[in-house]
Amino acid sequence: MNRVTHYFKSLLLLELLAGMWLTLRYMFKPKYTMRYPEEHIPKSNRFRGLHALRRYPNGEERCIACKLCEAVCPALAITIDSEMREDGTRRTTRYDIDLFKCIYCGFCEESCPVDSIVETHLHEYHFEKRGENVVSKIQLLAIGDRYEGEIAAARAQDAAFR
Amino acid sequence: MIDSMRDTLFGYGDTGIVVWTVLKILAIAVPVIIAVAMFVYWERKVIGWMHVRMGPNQIGPLGLLQAFADVFKLLFKEVILPANSNKVLYYLAPMIALVPAFAAWSVIPFDAGLVLANVNVGLLLLLAMTSLGVYGIILAGWASNSRYAMLGAMRAAAQTVSYEIAMGFALVSVMIMTGSLNLTDIVLAQQGSKGFFDWYWLPLLPMFVIYFISGVAETNRAPFDVAEGESEIVAGFHVEYSGSAFAIFFLAEYANMILIAFLASVLFMGGWLSPLQGWINADVPWVDWLWKGGWQWTFIKAFMFSFFYLWFRASFPRYRYDQIMRLGWKVFIPITIVWVVAAACMKYYGIVTIGA
Amino acid sequence: MTFELVCFYFFGAVAALAALAVISVKNPVVAALNLVLTFFSMACVWLLAQAEFLAVALVLVYVGAVMVLFLFVVMMLDVDFAPVREGFVRFLPVGIVVAVVMLVEMLMMIGVRSLQVPVSADPAALAGMSNMGWLGRTLFRDFLLPFEVAALILTVGLIAAIPLTLRKRSGIKTQNPGRQVMVKREDRIRLVKMDAVKKGEATP
Repeated sequence: MNRVTHYFKSLLLLELLAGMWLTLRYMFKPKYTMRYPEEHIPKSNRFRGLHALRRYPNGEERCIACKLCEAVCPALAITIDSEMREDGTRRTTRYDIDLFKCIYCGFCEESCPVDSIVETHLHEYHFEKRGENVVSKIQLLAIGDRYEGEIAAARAQDAAFR
Repeated sequence: MIDSMRDTLFGYGDTGIVVWTVLKILAIAVPVIIAVAMFVYWERKVIGWMHVRMGPNQIGPLGLLQAFADVFKLLFKEVILPANSNKVLYYLAPMIALVPAFAAWSVIPFDAGLVLANVNVGLLLLLAMTSLGVYGIILAGWASNSRYAMLGAMRAAAQTVSYEIAMGFALVSVMIMTGSLNLTDIVLAQQGSKGFFDWYWLPLLPMFVIYFISGVAETNRAPFDVAEGESEIVAGFHVEYSGSAFAIFFLAEYANMILIAFLASVLFMGGWLSPLQGWINADVPWVDWLWKGGWQWTFIKAFMFSFFYLWFRASFPRYRYDQIMRLGWKVFIPITIVWVVAAACMKYYGIVTIGA
Repeated sequence: MTFELVCFYFFGAVAALAALAVISVKNPVVAALNLVLTFFSMACVWLLAQAEFLAVALVLVYVGAVMVLFLFVVMMLDVDFAPVREGFVRFLPVGIVVAVVMLVEMLMMIGVRSLQVPVSADPAALAGMSNMGWLGRTLFRDFLLPFEVAALILTVGLIAAIPLTLRKRSGIKTQNPGRQVMVKREDRIRLVKMDAVKKGEATP
């Protein structure tokens, strides 16, 4: 008897109608979609994006070629060559980051004793040719020069917690 | 204007008649193709909304041009012929799928007298055409020389043949009620003075539900889309198809969906008749189709039913294959057989009369 | 030559060629598809003869259902047809004789019929009814009993075919989808309410 009533109840499709009523209600709910290129979600000042090399205010590059970042890099993405400059300081002649290898862990930034290598908030970049994924020292310095204000602001905000 | 054009063409004799017929066919086929393109856009929009997303909104105003972008993308892609496939059948299969999907449109009445071919066996012709569509799927599956495609084709064939029976019985009950196979007669038989209670959905309610569900199963749409179940057999019968050949399958499937929606409105929901028929009889220009009936009602009802397709797809998970077979053979067919007898009794004892 | 005659010859030729292809092509799937084409062309010929119900019923039943199942089986079997057609030449004379006898019989029957009854006008048109209405009236009024008996015999045959092929296999595990969908929440879940620790009982 129970089975018979259950059978006839199933013919009324009550469960299906309940499900359809649910989807119909959801159809008119406000949508959660973020319209990405026009809208952005707020980004943390600790966001780890594209790398940059910074300079001191007097224009001297910060990097002293200690190679700590190269040593700590878990993905072996950083390659550094160094030489002595005319004024006797140790400077890099080559500072390459392979962005295909990089996992954006931020260890290089943490290990740097002079706050030279940093990760900026930039995440919208692309490569058009093979080989462009390896960014050289000149490019990294250029990125640092361009976004120095924002990089410094983010570091200042986070300074109390470091 | 149309009448004068027809008379001019008829003046040229047989050639004129052929040209006139071709023009009439184009007048149905081109809107169907455009409707399919827009229906794909509408589907993505509706399912997006039901998922609390937005759906396509980047290409053109409100994303309206998305449909055409998709079409052009597919048309410009390469059609790849799989190795060791049967070349002739591989290219023939999409056409075979497409032809019945469009041929069936010839007997759909959009308004009183607005039908391409007012044939007496319209209902049977529709049933025959929808059952022919499965050949495209079977051939595509077999000619592709792929296991997944073959499995999809097998599932599609068995499913279509099973649900055709329940669908046929549902149509038989409509036929019993009307006493005719002519679709225009079927709509006219639903005329009356009791508004939408005169339509066949009320006396044939179980048949109406079963007809629509069978229609969903017949067109291999969710939740009955095991023929192309992505999670099990990749994409089923059209795994190996790309570019314009795939686009033709797509076109045929969606044309069939819209066809089933139109049929549901014509057979059970009174076609171009107004749900207010007989209640209001005022003569007001421009808006009196609202209660007197007109082609607008056919399209409104068909739009509603095609919306149901999308609604089902957003709501229900896919059926398991053996459960589909059980539903078709052990639930639908017994119910339809019982209700065919019930419909015959209703008709014989005058519970439902034509034009009351 | 009217347009209808051109159509008739065209459909007839297609039907004949497709029928020839059914028995001559190597691939069984292609043969089955040619059979479909034959049916379809014959349906077109019947449409020309204004037997629209028969034509559509042929497409619906044979093309739409029977041939689909046929193709289904042919595709699944994947039979190697080389040994099957080995005796083709040896049995060809016998086949030709049978075919000729059948042809002669058919011609004789048509000849006798045309002698007996003068070819009259369409009886449906004479009765002022549509082809379908006339067919329905003939089947369900004039020949109701034979029709029902035929239906009964077909049903018996259908049911008889099932026990003939039904085998009870032991040692296999099957699901019962009917019982699976009838399952209720209470059948699968038992909600138990209990205290974490019973009062007055020492914790171990």
